[in-house]
Amino acid sequence: MSSHPPRPPEEQSAGPGGHARRGFLAGAGAIAAAGLALLAPVWSGLRVVFDPLRRASSDPALVPVARLAAIPADGVPRKFRVTADRIDAWNTQRNMPVGAVYLRRTEDSLQAFNVICPHAGCFVNLAADRSRFVCPCHKSSFDLEGTVDDPASPSPRDMDTLDVEIRDGDQIWVRFQNFLPGRADKTPVA
Amino acid sequence: MKSLLGWLDHRTGYRDLLRKALVESIPGGAKWRYVWGSALTFAIAVQFVTGIILWAAYSPNAQGAWESVYYIENVMAGGWMLRGIHHYMAHATMILLVLHLMQVVVAGAYKAPREVNFWFGIVLLHIVLGLSLTGYLLPWDQKGYWATKVATSIASITPVVGPALQKVLVGGADYGHLTLTRFFALHAGVLPGALIALIAGHVYLFRRHGVTAGQPRETEHATQSEGAEEDGQDGPASHPPRPRDGWFWPDQALRDAVACLAVMAAVLYLVIRTGGAPLGAPADAAEPYAAARPEWYFMFLFQWLKYFPAGTEVIGAIVIPGLVVTLITLMPFAGRWRLGHRFNLGLTGGVLSGVALLTWLAYAQDRADPDFVFAQTHAEAEAERAVELAGAGGGIPASGALALLRSDPFTQGPRLFAERCASCHTYDGHDGMGRPLPEPQTAAELKRFASREWLEGLLDPERVATSEYFGGTEFARGRMVRMVQSRVAGFTHEEQADLAQVIKAVSAQAALPYQAEADEADRAEILEGTALISSASVGCTECHEFQDVVERPLGPTLTGFGSEEWLTAFIRDASHPRFYGDRNDRMPAFGPEEILSDEEIRLLVAWLREDWYRSGEEEGGPR
Repeated sequence: MSSHPPRPPEEQSAGPGGHARRGFLAGAGAIAAAGLALLAPVWSGLRVVFDPLRRASSDPALVPVARLAAIPADGVPRKFRVTADRIDAWNTQRNMPVGAVYLRRTEDSLQAFNVICPHAGCFVNLAADRSRFVCPCHKSSFDLEGTVDDPASPSPRDMDTLDVEIRDGDQIWVRFQNFLPGRADKTPVA
Repeated sequence: MKSLLGWLDHRTGYRDLLRKALVESIPGGAKWRYVWGSALTFAIAVQFVTGIILWAAYSPNAQGAWESVYYIENVMAGGWMLRGIHHYMAHATMILLVLHLMQVVVAGAYKAPREVNFWFGIVLLHIVLGLSLTGYLLPWDQKGYWATKVATSIASITPVVGPALQKVLVGGADYGHLTLTRFFALHAGVLPGALIALIAGHVYLFRRHGVTAGQPRETEHATQSEGAEEDGQDGPASHPPRPRDGWFWPDQALRDAVACLAVMAAVLYLVIRTGGAPLGAPADAAEPYAAARPEWYFMFLFQWLKYFPAGTEVIGAIVIPGLVVTLITLMPFAGRWRLGHRFNLGLTGGVLSGVALLTWLAYAQDRADPDFVFAQTHAEAEAERAVELAGAGGGIPASGALALLRSDPFTQGPRLFAERCASCHTYDGHDGMGRPLPEPQTAAELKRFASREWLEGLLDPERVATSEYFGGTEFARGRMVRMVQSRVAGFTHEEQADLAQVIKAVSAQAALPYQAEADEADRAEILEGTALISSASVGCTECHEFQDVVERPLGPTLTGFGSEEWLTAFIRDASHPRFYGDRNDRMPAFGPEEILSDEEIRLLVAWLREDWYRSGEEEGGPR
């Protein structure tokens, strides 16, 4: 575009002094006034949009998931849904399913894995022959210890283990939390 | 009338506006290949209209979104068709957009002076993709929920700002109310607003550049607002076109309108053929959804991600797609070189064939994957069940449809059975969900447990010691098996008739809902059979207690055998003296050891007894 709109008459006829300066001041004033008028809505709007960033979720507490008796010590993982009290924006929800874990017991160990795939957030399945974990989305695969077992696996890290504790002799408690997918380090979603 | 229109024109100048809108000369005459832009505008206009009406019935919150979509889809008159049109027109928009873009590239219409308009088109493509992505989540069904989780996960791997970006998009650490309100604001506010602004700019720039005669082939043409087309009764102005040239109105407008009609017909065909847009089971963070797939036009990206091993996802998900889009954006500059146009044609062809190949691979791999096929079948069945339950009580309780599914024996029974029972038992030969057991079964087959057929099998000398009943347990050499194999095998004709009555009587103890009619019809026989249970000829009460009669209690009580109370107590603790006592083989004490909660046992018992809601039944209440 090479054509310019015609200048306003007063500017064309103005000398080097007053009129041009007045025009500039008026323009600057208009922009400043409009900007000032928009300041509050834009500022408060941005604050609302970015409000979630200010809300760090509190450290996840341990929640009871299952009894020890429910998991035979045969090294085969079993899936349990995790229910916990949860605050979802304006609602507080009691006993909501917040996710699921695989619990795996051998003679001398107890492991808890978050079922969410560290690659892109799908729900990892136990393979039909119960010999490994396979993600149904992009085919990440893990052995029963949760370790990536295929060099072509898209998952950047092993399955996410969770803190697990046995209380009162046979009640399994798990610190349930999700981790940011798609990265080599295990960073909690906060 | 004429004077009224004259007055209106004097005050508004609408005739001039119409003339400008409609009277556009098209060098070389109207062409069918110019219809794409109009068809696309039409498709987007349909999305606005259907979208706003859907909006008027939709509720974006985690406990109401699925429910409101269910209501639109299954209760409101015409809802399924409206939602179906919105769904398939979104697909049509995507196809038309790609065709439009292809034609622009083939015709070289991205070159100067139309660079900016080409870029507008590229941005429009991204807005439409964004509309599709955000719209996919809104029904809050399993499919949309899990597929969108993948999308927001990918957002989180954006360098530097990723985690913050994800959190702002999702509205917090987890999916919830704010995820829906935000996605809905994007889907129904921000993106459509941007779309209108860009289309206005796109059309303005197109009209500004016009269809120059020097341009060998012009692919775009006026995509004026529908209002102008509909109200164009006043007709075009009277300037005669140059020879061989055509007018937009009515020559091109007719072709455009026919194209729009064809698009609508194709969409309607799909809507009616498929019964409208799909609605999966309500979203559940704790329930796996192995069939999570994006909409078909994102499948190439989905497949693409499989090829990027650990550590390279950023390259696959962000860097390479970003480079491709950058290259496409730079087409107007590349086009200045001598071979630039060819390069652009090659680039477009290459990208499109790559996308097509990846899409094909994605579907081919899924089809060949039995786990995926199983997951999809299962997901469809569950979706159907969710709708059935939602329609049960005249309305969904405020706790939401997910709560209905979670307390539904038909849905939860198979899952619980597969997870907690199928390490020993089978159900109709499978693990409850329809998959074979990984190891041979060691305990009884439980499909229609305590029914007449089940008991007939138990008392059949040929079958009692098979894995269907006691074959895999310690009871394989126990008294019951020996009794059936020796005594029952030698029954006289008369004794066999007695046994048949006893079977009916014991089975009647279960009060099975699916056997209620037969039980009612055979009342007399059942009465006789009940008396025979403790008779010497059949001799059940030698080992089983029945109505307080027993010689030496060794096996489970027959009082209320298979009834809700009996089965609940048995699953809770088979080692109770009422049942096996210390002769119990490997059946865990699910209740006292809290392996199963009371609710889980209730669900299993109801499922085994096939005591679940069926929409066809009387007690279903008004629909």
